[in-house]
Parts: sequence; structure tokens; C-alpha cells
Amino acid sequence: MKALASNLRPALVSTLLLTLLLGVGYPLVTTGILHLTFPSQAQGSLIRDETGRVIGSRLIGQNFDQPKYFWGRLSATSNTPYNASASGGSNFGVNNPALMDAVKARVAALKAADPANTAPIPVDLVTASASGLDPDITPAAALYQAHRVAVARGLSDDAVKAMIRTSSYNRTFNILGEPRVNVLELNLRLDGKMK
Amino acid sequence: MSSILTGNGWLQLALSMAVMLACVIPLGGYMAKVFQGQKNLMSPILGWLERLLYKACGIDPDTDMDWKTYAMAVLLFSAVSFLLLYVMLLCQKLLPLNPQAVPGMTPDQAFNTSVSFLTNTNWQSYAGEAAMSYFLQMVGLTVQNFFSPAVGLAVMVALIRGLTRKQSGGIGNFWTDMIRANLYILLPLSLILAVILGSQGVVQTFAPSISAHGLQGANQLLAVGPVASQEAIKMLGTNGGGFFNANSAHPFENPTPLTNFLEVMALLLIPAACCHTFGVMVGDRRQGFAILAAMTIIFVPLMVFGTVMEQGGNPHFAALHIDQTASALQAGGNMEGKETRFGIVSSTFFAAATTAVSCGAVNAMHDSFTPMGGFVPLLLMKFGEVIYGGAGAGLYGMLIFVILTVFIAGLMVGRTPEYLGKKIQAFEIKMASVAMLAPCVFILIGTAVAVMTKAGQAGIFNPGAQGFSEVLYAFTSATNNNGSAFAGLSANTPFYNTALGICMLAGRFFIIIPVLAIAGSLAAKKTVPVSAGTLPTHNGLFVATLIGIVVIVGVLTYAPTLALGPVVEHFNMRP
Repeated sequence: MKALASNLRPALVSTLLLTLLLGVGYPLVTTGILHLTFPSQAQGSLIRDETGRVIGSRLIGQNFDQPKYFWGRLSATSNTPYNASASGGSNFGVNNPALMDAVKARVAALKAADPANTAPIPVDLVTASASGLDPDITPAAALYQAHRVAVARGLSDDAVKAMIRTSSYNRTFNILGEPRVNVLELNLRLDGKMK
Repeated sequence: MSSILTGNGWLQLALSMAVMLACVIPLGGYMAKVFQGQKNLMSPILGWLERLLYKACGIDPDTDMDWKTYAMAVLLFSAVSFLLLYVMLLCQKLLPLNPQAVPGMTPDQAFNTSVSFLTNTNWQSYAGEAAMSYFLQMVGLTVQNFFSPAVGLAVMVALIRGLTRKQSGGIGNFWTDMIRANLYILLPLSLILAVILGSQGVVQTFAPSISAHGLQGANQLLAVGPVASQEAIKMLGTNGGGFFNANSAHPFENPTPLTNFLEVMALLLIPAACCHTFGVMVGDRRQGFAILAAMTIIFVPLMVFGTVMEQGGNPHFAALHIDQTASALQAGGNMEGKETRFGIVSSTFFAAATTAVSCGAVNAMHDSFTPMGGFVPLLLMKFGEVIYGGAGAGLYGMLIFVILTVFIAGLMVGRTPEYLGKKIQAFEIKMASVAMLAPCVFILIGTAVAVMTKAGQAGIFNPGAQGFSEVLYAFTSATNNNGSAFAGLSANTPFYNTALGICMLAGRFFIIIPVLAIAGSLAAKKTVPVSAGTLPTHNGLFVATLIGIVVIVGVLTYAPTLALGPVVEHFNMRP
């Protein structure tokens, strides 16, 4: 009991002081440094239109289903796809019939929007991302949709493919991660809202 | 199956391993200095703060504790953490920095969450962006993200002292060890990592959610918050509790391949470096490297196996004219529940690392992995979180296996088992057995109860064997203090919140207390000089035996459950 009593003060006081240091001081210092050095990133890498209204974040995908836009990954977020206040994946197992239903529905939608396209469909276009907010698709998935978008907009395939290249990101240091195309940036370029 | 990895895939895996191993010696040596109270890189900057904390808390940093006092201090500190966090979660609505007006938690979820964070598990039955205010994320969870690995490191250091001290009553001072771990190791590394992550796009703001007017006209409400500061310690402290529901898959937690690389390195860093800290502190670096070798030899093949399985893709898709082949234009493979920027390799390395280490952060949804791809994280947890393991916790868990190994090897050659000059006797073996068997009991009985009761079955999401795997994964993850999930499981029910909460407590303290008891018992012993009959514990033969013991204990205990879950599901997947 004596040991308990003598350790009570360190337990309470260290919890209190370290909470102030690590739970208040550390986040505030981090916030201060980042708002001075990387203010745009710290606030969500936002993209605004000419009036200053927020269109979205460069890092957060949006739901696209019109033929004139490139479509992103499937999103399994609750209530609506690409709900940026409820991130999450489908959690479907590989043998879950519901997974096959979702995939078949996406395949049907892609075919309906571009009946002449007989190329195999890149897998990332028919599967849901882990976050439900994936901003990217693979270059393969972008090229698969290029002709559809070109026709819908009356552009040449080459013009659309050039915009895909501009919106592409390579692997970091040519090693890490995967090559990808930012869907929101690509669609903003198509709309002439981004250079 | 078209499952051979690409050249880049091999390169990414090799680079990750190389960078991790390269950090072991510098960081491990630094940590040894910190825990031995020696002058180190950060003492000129933080020394005054350390002394100030001792003074304010009434701590004499040089007073030794016997093992029972040390254990009591650990329990007392954890109890204060629990009460503080529990009350804050219940009263969340009354606290500041809550721009989305998040309500208080239910008592069962608050119990589960408090226990989860103080035990370094970070199992989450809530979705961060919907259920947690900025205040709770910072003052509640970020703080526990520091405290729980600091406790793990302190207990590890106490066990090392037990091995090195001769006829001593004490194993160090818990308050000193805990404060040093926080100040000198976790805080500086976190601050550096938080700033780098922030520079890449991890958000750090106190502004409320941002309303965006999307390109197709729909409104999008972007959840933000003080994420970077929490993300850094979430990984470095092997915590794993995400700011957002999607955890490290969320682009605001892990926006680029570079942040992903840094995050996965951060979670491996301290557990791997602990091996070298151990080697330095016992005065024989080879002992630390032997343990690191055993861990790495188990980790690498499983990690590669999981990657190959995921690269193989989903065979059901073949009939739908879907392209799953890896090429210069796409990662291919099983992309359900994975992010495009990470593809297969960055996702499966993360999955293996986060479960080998008891981190539990995820950058892909493990429930959507192929059955054998999901088998890898499940098995790595079942080894008892000793393949690197949690900060501190991995090494003291592995030392339990080492004690068992020298005991079994001693029986085989007919000599009294010794480790680092300490005789391993009945008391140590009893305590090691408790530490080893307790998790098995809680995992297996917990899973059995859940699958036999309505309350447990109600949470299952995927049909068939995968549904069983979800339950098995949950109890394995909670008891071994990992925190990752087959997240289809609806775990926010009174049944799962309570049952998994109890498992987390058992998995933490039924190991910590026996470990401290062993530390106390060993510290009191004499050191036996090395003789011709001493079993060397730093050579290849010993490493092989240790690997054998870890694998045999893990696989023999859990083979039936693994067969019923992932293996059945694998055969169901055949077209």
C-alpha cells in the first residue's frame, strides 16, 4: 500500500503534464510549422474555381458517371459514393456474390456508355477502393475510357490522351507506388478549368 | 495463376527491407543510450524538460523498483489513462474543439475504445470522422498513442535489466523509463515525421469539414482535422488507430507513395531497432542480431507469399473479360479494397508489416484480400506479435520464446538451461507459459463463443468461411493487441465491444506481468560463467531453433481455425 501511495503522485502528475505536452503542445507546434511551410497541403490541397469556391481536393476523388467525364474507382462509402465524411471500402470477400453483382453492374455501365469498346476492362475500373475516395485510376483505366470521352466532347483521341499524360503521376523516384492518373485533375482539364 | 511479381515489385520489397534494416543500428544504439540515462543527441535540447518532469512528479530517477512495484506502477499508469479517456469519450459533447458536434460515446464503445488505445491495440469499433472530435483525437487518442508504446518500451527495458543485473532487487524505475521513451524517442521522431507527412498533403487543421461543390454538381463534405500529428505517432508507436475510418488508405492520412513508404518504415522502425537496443544493453550485439534475424527470416517469405497471392487476382473475374494482368499501365491483381496509388505491392507489404508489427494500421481492406493473401496477416498476428511486434512489446514477447527455446534445447542436451548467464528455472518457465498460453485461450474461447451465440453471429458480414475468418481475425487482433480488422464485421455492439475489450486487456497484462516477474527473478540471480556446456544463443543453430519454436507454437495452436477460415475459403474460390 505504501508503494501504491508513493506512486500515485507520479501517475497523476505525469499523465497531466505529458497530456499537455503531447496532446496539446505537439499538435499545436505541428500545426504551426505546417501552416507556415505548407499551408495549402495542411488545409486539404483544395482546388478552387475563379470565384474562390471550393471545387474539391486534389487528393479526394469525386463521383463521375457522365460519359463526358473520366470515371474513377467504384466507391462503397455509405449513403452516397465518394462521401468524404464516411470513408471506407466495400469489405466484400472475393467469394461474396455481392462483389460480383457490383462488378457486373459497373461492367454493364461501362459497356452502355461505350458499346463499341471491346477491349478487356482494367480491373481498377470495376473494383471499389479501400478509402472509397481514391483520387486516381491506372493509366490503363484512363486509356480504356479515352475514346468515349473524346466522342462525347467532340475532341480527337490524341487530344484527350495528351491531357491524360498531363494528369499522370509516375512512381515516386521511379520505384515506389504505382503509375496513376488523377481523375479530378483530368476532368478539370477537359472542362478547361485547370492548365 | 499469373502471379509472378514484376521487377518493380521485387525492387520495392527489397528497398523497404534494406532501408528498415539500415535504421536498426543507429536508432537501436540511440535508444540504448536513452534508457541507460547516458548523454545523447537530444539531451542538450530536452534534458531540462526531463528534469522538470521528474521534479514536478516527485520522481527520483535513480530509485530502483522491485518487479512488483514496477508492475504496480504500470497498472496504475494504465488505470489513470483508462479513466481519463473513458470519461472524456462519454462527455465528448461538453468538450471543446468539436466543430461537427460529435455526440458522446455509448458506455460499451467508450470502454472498448479506451482499453484499445491504452493497450496499444487501437482496434476501432467507431469511424473516426463521424465519432471523434478534434479534442478527443488530440488530447485523448494522440496522448495514448504516445503512452502505450512508452509503456511497452519501459517493460522491455526492465526485462533487459533483469538479464544484465546480478543479485539485484531492482529492475529500474518505471516513471523514468516511460518519460524517457516519450521525450527522447517518440516525440522527436513524431515531430519530424508529422512535418514530412504534412508537406505531402496529410492535413493538419482545426477548421470544420470543408464543403466542396463538385464538378458534376454534387456537394461533397470533406472531413479534415489535426491529422498529421496523430498520423506520425500512430505509425511510430505501432498504434494503428486511424484518424479516419479508412485509416492509412484515406488520402488525407496517406496521400502519396512516399508517405506510404515513410509510414510503413515508421511502424517497423522502433520494433526492429529494439533488437539492437537489447544487444547493446546486454553487452553482446550478436544476441540482438540473432533475434532480428529470426524475425526477418519468418517475415520475408510470408510477406512475399501474400504479395504473390494478391497479384494473382480474383479468378471469378476471368469470365467477365476483366484485365488483371500487371503491366506498365496497371498494377493488376486483386484490386478490390486497394488504392490505385499503392497497387498490389505497396498494399501487401503494408499488410504484412502492420500485422507482423502489432501496429494494425491498414492501407487496404484485409477483408477483401484473397483468402491466402488474408491468411498472411492473420498468421503473422497468431505468432503472438513477436515478428518485430509492438514497440518494446515485440522484443519482450520474443524473449519469452527465447526462454522457452533455451529450456527445450536444454532438455534435449540434458543441461540446466541458461540464457545470457542466467539459469532458467521453474519460475521463469511457469511465467513464460502463462504469457504464451493466455492469448491462445482468449482467442480460441472468444472466437468459439462468438460463433456460437446470436450476438456474435449478428456481426458477420461476408458469407461462408470468410464470415468465420472475420470473427477469428477480430479476436486474434484484439488479444494480440494488433488492431487491424477484417472490417466487414460489425463490431460496434455491446457484445463485441465488451468481449474484445476484455481480450485486449488480457493480451496486454497477462504478458506484461509475467514478463516483469521474470525480470525480477532473473535480476536476483547470479551470473553463471560461460562454459563448454553453455548453449550459444547467437549462432545459426539457435536462430533456426527459435524460428522452429515460434512457428510450431503458432501453427499447432491455431491450425484448425486457420483451416476452417482462410483455407476453406481458398478452395471455395476455385472456379
